[in-house]
Amino acid sequence: MMLRVQDLAIARGGLPVLDNLSFALEPGQALILRGPNGIGKTTLLRTLAGLQPPLHGLIEGADERVAYAAHSDGLKPTLTVTENLQFWARIFGAGTIDAALEAYDLHGLAERPAGSLSAGQKRRLGLARLLVTGRPIWILDEPTVSLDTSAVAMFAGAVRDHLKRGGSALIATHIDLGLDAEVLDLAPFRATLPALDDFDGAFT
Amino acid sequence: MRALLVRDLKLAFRAGGGFGLGLAFFLIVTVLVPFSVGPQSDLLSTIAPGVLWLGALLACLLSLDRLLALDWEDGTLDLLATAPLPLEAAVSVKALAHWLTTGLPLVLAAPVLGVLLSLPGPGYLWLVVSLALGTPALSVVGTFGAALTVGLKRGGLLLSLLVLPLYVPTLIFGAEVARRGAAGMELATPLLMLAGITLGTAALLPFASAAVLRVNLR
Repeated sequence: MMLRVQDLAIARGGLPVLDNLSFALEPGQALILRGPNGIGKTTLLRTLAGLQPPLHGLIEGADERVAYAAHSDGLKPTLTVTENLQFWARIFGAGTIDAALEAYDLHGLAERPAGSLSAGQKRRLGLARLLVTGRPIWILDEPTVSLDTSAVAMFAGAVRDHLKRGGSALIATHIDLGLDAEVLDLAPFRATLPALDDFDGAFT
Repeated sequence: MRALLVRDLKLAFRAGGGFGLGLAFFLIVTVLVPFSVGPQSDLLSTIAPGVLWLGALLACLLSLDRLLALDWEDGTLDLLATAPLPLEAAVSVKALAHWLTTGLPLVLAAPVLGVLLSLPGPGYLWLVVSLALGTPALSVVGTFGAALTVGLKRGGLLLSLLVLPLYVPTLIFGAEVARRGAAGMELATPLLMLAGITLGTAALLPFASAAVLRVNLR
């Protein structure tokens, strides 16, 4: 088993957003998160990545095994594509960057400063970073934003290869990636807000 | 850790990295002082150690607001927090990179600017020693301030207000070493206090910086 979440409750800005959430992720499995805006997809992913503590509940298997990709890619505009990737490869201590450049067709851009890339190219570079982390669980927040169809195919291919190697992925997305993945709809887990005190009642 | 240090140094030297900004500010401040005080070399040589220390301190302050804010804006901090490198190590390395690009150039430039303020002969050695011992504390304390204000829009002013009072002990003992050195007086006590403050902040504050950073990233 890769990752297990049991009876998890999370909050954003002090207000509970999701409650009673339980699921498990097996090696080789991908799970797609669905749900309307504001349901707490990003908050859930940040909690699983260890960036914020849950209200209560259990998260097993996430420590030091998660590669997280958020809305921003963590790129330095004055460093070249190679330098950006090389930095993350060294920080995670995981091998070479050639496979990552290959997977997202970045070889032609390798010496360009990241600041001069288009939005979609930056996104590809940000996703290539996942391949140099060597981490088994990918946690991806809207990974396909600003990608064109061929880049989305590259991404889906990279995820498929990752699953084949025994990794797993948790993806919040609204588009169909063509992956053989289960879908987890978060709407039924929406937290009920605690009933407010009858504030006006005190004045009548 | 080396990778982060190399990256931060590279970023500082590339376009818009801000290397030399603190140094240029230090230069301008110390050049302006004789203009405002007037050409009285006696007075200038009396206030030279204090003016040089104050200038160095303000120059250190200048580049603090970009220390962590840039990494926060582009998402690097989130990713660093999930990396195998402990956040305590990451903030220590960032403080070290800040010192290497801001503090160290100030230490090396100070004797040259001492000439402009007619610093007395024996003062040069002790000015450099006191700055070399004291400026690391300025970078470490500044990193703590940057961690406190990360995520605030235009938090630079608040950062200065938070950090300047914390700079007071270093300023007092640093300037005292330089002043006593220039006057040829006994200076072991302030020198040891200065070294103690630097070592203490370098040992303890990274833990505080990492803790507030974790809270600010939530």
